[in-house]
Amino acid sequence: MKVSAVITLKKDVLDPQGKVIHETLDSMGFNSVNEVRQGKYFEIDVKENDPKKAKDLVEDMCKKLLANLVIENYKIIETQ
Amino acid sequence: MKSSVITFPGSNCDRDMDVALTKFGFKNKMIWHNDQELPKSDLIVLPGGFSYGDYLRCGSMASKSKIMHSVINFAKSGGLVMGICNGFQILVESKLVPGVLLRNKYLQFICKNVHVKVDNKENIFFKNLDKKVLEFHIAHNEGNYFCTNDQLKEIEDNNQIAIYYCDQNGNTNDQMNPNGSIKNIAGIFNKEKNVLGMMPHPERMIDESLSGEDGSIFFKNLLNNIK
Repeated sequence: MKVSAVITLKKDVLDPQGKVIHETLDSMGFNSVNEVRQGKYFEIDVKENDPKKAKDLVEDMCKKLLANLVIENYKIIETQ
Repeated sequence: MKSSVITFPGSNCDRDMDVALTKFGFKNKMIWHNDQELPKSDLIVLPGGFSYGDYLRCGSMASKSKIMHSVINFAKSGGLVMGICNGFQILVESKLVPGVLLRNKYLQFICKNVHVKVDNKENIFFKNLDKKVLEFHIAHNEGNYFCTNDQLKEIEDNNQIAIYYCDQNGNTNDQMNPNGSIKNIAGIFNKEKNVLGMMPHPERMIDESLSGEDGSIFFKNLLNNIK
């Protein structure tokens, strides 16, 4: 089944790319933006049909490789 | 004295490091990342470059390569490990030294000479060094050292900050901070101080006619300390 993970920078970590994107949006006329934080999205197809086991597996991947927990948070999203 | 330089796919300072180590008297071996075992070494160096094209996060893929199991065991048993630039990024991703290296504050690749202040000489890397300020070269896009407040307190309490970005007189301030690193940190140790990670490249400062000699001073001193 497919499991997705979203990795985002923690709140107190500087995100210069997000800041530049925000400024660019602003200059394009999107003036209602409070903040932009850039992150990463992974779609992982695992050989596992049990949703709980698949989710646990991807969570383990996030902890060990996909995210660096000093600066990033992860969120697992079940897809199908 | 024997040294080993690990080459990862995308390393590009490995041969420069080999030249530097050999010039100052190390018997150096080049080790491929896919090897499992390290030869007997007094010093292991993780060189600069762009291992695995900086995919995911700089150093993250290399930190999981086969040879790193041996490097981690070597470091944990007290062996000397030095990571320069991308090597420093691999060390933080391997959790051999605390913190992370974020994208430079102003989103620019920085390539220039900098001065660094050596504060802590109670370790094998900088013991007996005559100079307090060294001129090294930096070339990186992700050298903005960051750690949590708890980690910062711990590394300060344990004297783990190795070098700071500074001016030529050793003054550390925001103006002399090229990349936004916390506290102008350019290099740090692990708790035991047998692992050193730093962004500047001493191996680029070993020829008076091409660069400067402060790298020579660093390597000569390191060799004497290891002997």
